[in-house]
Amino acid sequence: MLILTCPCCGVTAEETEFSPGGEAHLKRYGPGSPDRDYESYMFNRKNPRGVHFERWRHTYGCGKWFLAARCTITLEVFGTYRAQTTEPPADIIAAIKARRPEWEGFA
Amino acid sequence: MSHRLPKGGRLIDRSKSQNFTFNGKSMAGFQGDTVAASLLANDQMLLGRSFKYHRPRGVVAAGAEEPNALLGLGQSNRYEPNQSATTTELFDGLEAVSQNHWPSLEFDLLSVNNLVPQFLTAGFYYKTFLRPRAFWKHVYEPLIRRSAGLGKAPAPDARDPDRYEQIYAFTDILVLGGGIAGLQAALAAGQSGAKVTLWEQTAHWGGRAPVDGAQIDGQPAQDWINATVARLHAMDNVQLRTRCMGAGVHDHGYVLGYERVADHMPGADTPRHRLWRMRARQIITATGAIERPLSFAGNDVPGVMLASALRDYIVNYAVAPGARIVVVTNNDDAYRSAIAAHDAGLDVAAIIDPRAVASGDLPARARALGIEVLEGRAIRKVKGGKRVTGVEICRQDSSGGAVERSIDCDAVAMSGGWSPVVHLWSHCGGKLLWDEAGSYFRPDPARPPLGADGAGFVRACGAANGELLDVLSDAHRCARMAADAVGANGQPDAAPQATAPAEAPMQPVWMMPAQASYDLRMKMWLDYQNDVKVSDVQLSAREGYQSVEHTKRYTTLGMATDQGKLSNINGLAILSDALGQPIPATGTTTFRPPYTPISIAAIAGEARGAIFQPLRRSPVHDWHADHGAEWEPVGQWRRPFAYLRTGESRHDAVNREVKNTRENVGLLDASTLGKILVRGPDAGRFLDMLYTNMISTLKPGKCRYGLMCNENGFLMDDGVVARLDGDSFLVHTTSGGADHIHAWMEDWLQCEWWDWQVHTVNLTEQFAQFAVVGPKARVLLDRLGGMDVSRDALPFMEWRDGMLGGFDARVFRISFSGELSFEIAVPAGQGRAFWDRLVTEGADLGLMPYGTEALHILRAEKGFIMIGDETDGTVIPQDLGLDWAISKKKADFLGKRGMEREAMVNPDRWKLVGVETLDGSVLPHAALAVTGGKNANGQAQTEGRVTSTYYSANLGRGIAMALVRNGPDRMGDVLSFAGDDGKDIKARIIDPVLIDKEGAKQNV
Amino acid sequence: MSDRETSALPGAHFAGFVTVSEAGLRGMITLRGDLSSDAIAGALADVTGLDMPAQRCVNSAGDMAAAWMSPDELLLMLPYDQAGAMAQKLAQALAGEFATVANVSDARAVFTLQGAGVFDALAKICPVDFSEFDQGEIRRTRAAQVAAAVWMSGADQVTVVCFRSVAQYMFDLLSAAAAPGSEPALYT
Repeated sequence: MLILTCPCCGVTAEETEFSPGGEAHLKRYGPGSPDRDYESYMFNRKNPRGVHFERWRHTYGCGKWFLAARCTITLEVFGTYRAQTTEPPADIIAAIKARRPEWEGFA
Repeated sequence: MSHRLPKGGRLIDRSKSQNFTFNGKSMAGFQGDTVAASLLANDQMLLGRSFKYHRPRGVVAAGAEEPNALLGLGQSNRYEPNQSATTTELFDGLEAVSQNHWPSLEFDLLSVNNLVPQFLTAGFYYKTFLRPRAFWKHVYEPLIRRSAGLGKAPAPDARDPDRYEQIYAFTDILVLGGGIAGLQAALAAGQSGAKVTLWEQTAHWGGRAPVDGAQIDGQPAQDWINATVARLHAMDNVQLRTRCMGAGVHDHGYVLGYERVADHMPGADTPRHRLWRMRARQIITATGAIERPLSFAGNDVPGVMLASALRDYIVNYAVAPGARIVVVTNNDDAYRSAIAAHDAGLDVAAIIDPRAVASGDLPARARALGIEVLEGRAIRKVKGGKRVTGVEICRQDSSGGAVERSIDCDAVAMSGGWSPVVHLWSHCGGKLLWDEAGSYFRPDPARPPLGADGAGFVRACGAANGELLDVLSDAHRCARMAADAVGANGQPDAAPQATAPAEAPMQPVWMMPAQASYDLRMKMWLDYQNDVKVSDVQLSAREGYQSVEHTKRYTTLGMATDQGKLSNINGLAILSDALGQPIPATGTTTFRPPYTPISIAAIAGEARGAIFQPLRRSPVHDWHADHGAEWEPVGQWRRPFAYLRTGESRHDAVNREVKNTRENVGLLDASTLGKILVRGPDAGRFLDMLYTNMISTLKPGKCRYGLMCNENGFLMDDGVVARLDGDSFLVHTTSGGADHIHAWMEDWLQCEWWDWQVHTVNLTEQFAQFAVVGPKARVLLDRLGGMDVSRDALPFMEWRDGMLGGFDARVFRISFSGELSFEIAVPAGQGRAFWDRLVTEGADLGLMPYGTEALHILRAEKGFIMIGDETDGTVIPQDLGLDWAISKKKADFLGKRGMEREAMVNPDRWKLVGVETLDGSVLPHAALAVTGGKNANGQAQTEGRVTSTYYSANLGRGIAMALVRNGPDRMGDVLSFAGDDGKDIKARIIDPVLIDKEGAKQNV
Repeated sequence: MSDRETSALPGAHFAGFVTVSEAGLRGMITLRGDLSSDAIAGALADVTGLDMPAQRCVNSAGDMAAAWMSPDELLLMLPYDQAGAMAQKLAQALAGEFATVANVSDARAVFTLQGAGVFDALAKICPVDFSEFDQGEIRRTRAAQVAAAVWMSGADQVTVVCFRSVAQYMFDLLSAAAAPGSEPALYT
């Protein structure tokens, strides 16, 4: 069972205080968008072996959504950050690179 | 025979006798005994029958690794099967029964399996019961059910009277195991300043060092243990707990601890078990090692036990497993058992050592005591059935064809070497190395389990780390590394020095004799509990099983309740030999938690009875309960289904409530409805995105019904929105949907439109809300007084704030029944008083409360949809004829893109209609309309299904709604619905609105 | 206040190794807005006299307290019968700001735990390390299967708040955690 630190209220807590919300940084495709874009938004998800970006909500705490960068193999958490961004911030990228120099970067 | 020795026993108190029964026979032991020790003290060698062959079985071990001695303990409500006799402490009044025999332990008819063991070889179940198929149900299954399995489940109506609980704890360093390694690790870690927790699974500190006669810093081990425990107790930063087993190590330093608080004092006013949910920054496993059996024919006969267990029973409990003992060992350590037996006055007939030369300090000491040592020899076979009567000796380097000698004895102490307990290291991904010298797997410090920071968080020390001899300095070193890892840098005292006799190398012996013939191999047990023999593993290899995981499942090796603690390495060695590869190439099976079985009740913890799960109660819950409410679960809420009067059936009550609401006035507790305040400059824009229809144009003071879809376009929730003021809306959701919709709103606001200025506040529980429904509703409200609720002052689909009968009320003029209807919200704290007032004032108007079933029928009579009935996660609003509620003006709303998909605009989608049976009967729930043909899968072709179906007391017949292919275009068509009894039911497609289509009743 | 109002479980009381008592009606106001903004802190100070609490802290003065619930949510606690008027005053003071004030005095239930073992009891239901829990800190967490907020409201005293509908569950849960004979000796 993971432990995560909520960047919104600063609490470090076990997984049962949080709810998972799937892949982070999805782009929404609305009315009029091509089928392929809509399909990718709704149904196609990355399933990497290694660095992954995820949505979490501090359900039993401050109620805020946040994002986490995590390794799906070792469960190492590289960092958590606020959800109001379309891509991982520089300090998170740097933290991942420091631990996974071979990582190809956020795409 | 096994018996109590006249003196000694370091763990027992001879002044405190404890009476107990075994299979109804009265016996006595001493306080401090385990159940196994006390049974052996009463010469009860035979404790049970094996799983498959029903072989007689006795105690093999003295601790958690015991595979055989499983008993049923306790009576009636406190009866529990499969309890380990070696880890259960004796108490006065204990009642134990043996398991898995029929009709009795001594005389077991099913041991006939044992006469033809070829019959039950590896893969037996897979091979034997395939044909004929009909035999499975009537012959094979009953036979297997009688012969297999261990203890019997408690009676179905038994209820565990004991308490259980869980507890969350946090520590810097958690030390698992309270032997000398764990004590030293805890001491050094504690002296570093770290917060330390130490758990020991037994009731005693010190592990087996006192039994083995170790000296620490020149004093007996027991003295050092006592002093160290005292020092640890005196340290504020160290917590110690006995009877608490580290059951599993999980991700990010999460450890489950199983504390048997009161197993040894049943009925005590304490929880029986406590499950620790520990979060540790560093974990030190000091779990010791387990001795391995040797594989020789008849190694399962009662009286054959581990050499270490034999000396445990002698030293700890003053129990002699036999009077004349043979020791068989491939290592020096087991000579200690021979010496302990000799020192206790027992006759040690011989030590059989397959090594060519046994010349270490311990063999020398044994010889000096006059004990005969037979080098290069093996046990060919153990003689005896229900207990050992002797052994046959042969050369180890032989096939066992020639018996050199027979020795009479009544106990055999065996040792095949030791295996570190690597379970807890391995649970969360710690990897292992093969140690050639000791022939065991040990933790690979370079590949530990990794924590949240990517660094290792488990360290093994002492025997658990494969350091069987240099235990204390290894524990000390390990503790210092763990302290470093948590930033505790106090300087601990130097590690104590232990002194012990030098030991010569062990010699791996996986089979005895080395080239044993088949008839011997098929009597060599690897897994005692599951009856897996050397010949079974060899057979599986011959049949092509190469992966150790496959062999495990094919033979069931290591799959019993002991999870292969004794059999693992021996089985791997046999498999590797059969496959012609070294043991590390074969690898091990996966170690999974828990280390030993833990109670289901501990896993459930406090969650039983009244607090099994939270029940949400409305502010008038108690009134409902006092007035005959039958409950309907709606999410975690309990809502009244109907209020049953004395002598009334559910059906009668529902009909009465339905009729009364249309004729007089009904009262519904709608407090469970979701109520979410949505406020801010962008609130209108936001709600336009959430709802399919336009909300931003709603005027303050007015209400609008709206639909919410998910991004697939599927209908998710519905309800009435009230605009409170320019910036504020109050969103009503379904009772089950409030939390989800609130979270859904916050998700979009926080993660997608974070620059929009909108706040949400979930006010669901702030208000009690009651629907006053029926022709006399306005009369009732007028009686309360304080607010003008006339047609002109409060038109349909509007709301007003004010005082009503002295209560702070918000009155919504909305209707889910087609009647004149008001929903009145008051602060929840005023809810009960307000409800009581309505009931009192409405009495002479014929007011009756009604439940959720009447609510459903009333809305169905009007053709109103219900989320969860007409919707199932695949229904779009257009399917329900709700096109009018889908804005064509809005460029975007959640679900709009999803509705554009080909399948969603297909004209053949099933659409909502009313249906009425030709005979007026009530259609079954979810009945399917069948066309008579079959589809490609051979299933009946369908063209529709019932979504809601009720008996309408107002109409005097069954009413229903259904989704039907092209339904709205087929008014008057008669469909065939498949009935529960195989007969079709004819029903006609009709308009779903059955009462007051013009809305005259609600617009008065 | 008149007898038309009742709290969730009036008079509920359990004497275990700590005592569990329902605390009766308490006024509560939710204030949403950017708690780090001067405008909102200023309005709070003007209307209540309380300073804006720091992250996860409770500031109290007299019978009023303000608790930090999230970066944009404050919970104001005060006598029940003052809540309506106070909510109006706050709303007026914040007019023109992006801020939301709601009287939520009836939405919750409040329990008081009293005794040396309060953390020993809470540790059985909350996944929280109370050894690092300070006076003046509020922790929103999980109590078994429901959401809860806890803070130290006095010597050997903890206040637990949950939603009103689960008051009975919370009371039963706290009573089970405080049952005599089940002292775990973790924090004591």
